[in-house]
Amino acid sequence: MDYFPAIARWLHIVAGVTWVGLLYYFNLVQVPAMKEATADGTAAGISKHVAPRALFWFRWAAIATWLAGAALLGPHFNDAFSLKPEFVAIGVGAWLGTIMLFNVWVLIWPNQQKILGMVKATDAEKASARRIALLASRTNMMLSLPMLFFMANGLTHRALIGL
Amino acid sequence: MKNPLDSILGTIISGVILTLVLYVFIKNFILAGV
Repeated sequence: MDYFPAIARWLHIVAGVTWVGLLYYFNLVQVPAMKEATADGTAAGISKHVAPRALFWFRWAAIATWLAGAALLGPHFNDAFSLKPEFVAIGVGAWLGTIMLFNVWVLIWPNQQKILGMVKATDAEKASARRIALLASRTNMMLSLPMLFFMANGLTHRALIGL
Repeated sequence: MKNPLDSILGTIISGVILTLVLYVFIKNFILAGV
């Protein structure tokens, strides 16, 4: 059974890199590119061929990351989420990751479906969906910084940073 | 006041500030008596 946490950790990191990597891609590349592409009439290619694929891997990688993380916590799942002192760093990271997962499935994905025309929406609904999806995505980018600090640094350098 | 999340730089600065706030909170409240 010693293999189980090793495999769970590996999956957690692989899925997490996919999830957060795509989150940074959306914020740093796709959103600014869409503004310019809309201006010169080439946005349809991104909306039709790139965004749906990126969103597919993004939202499922989020689920895989959370499940592998929960498996890795194993019997300490409650210790982490109840912020017991010896699990406080990973616990804060787990809470931030959980909020990010909520944002992906409850705010970003349903609104992106409206923006990309996967579900019917009026122009006013699309404009509102764009704002909600952008702010939820930016919130996740913001939360990813403390999440990675507490999850990664809190584990490997906990003595150095006193956690 | 502009929403800091409207820009990438504002988002990153907000993330760094949140990291510091959480760190200080943990050190002074959760780990205070440990």
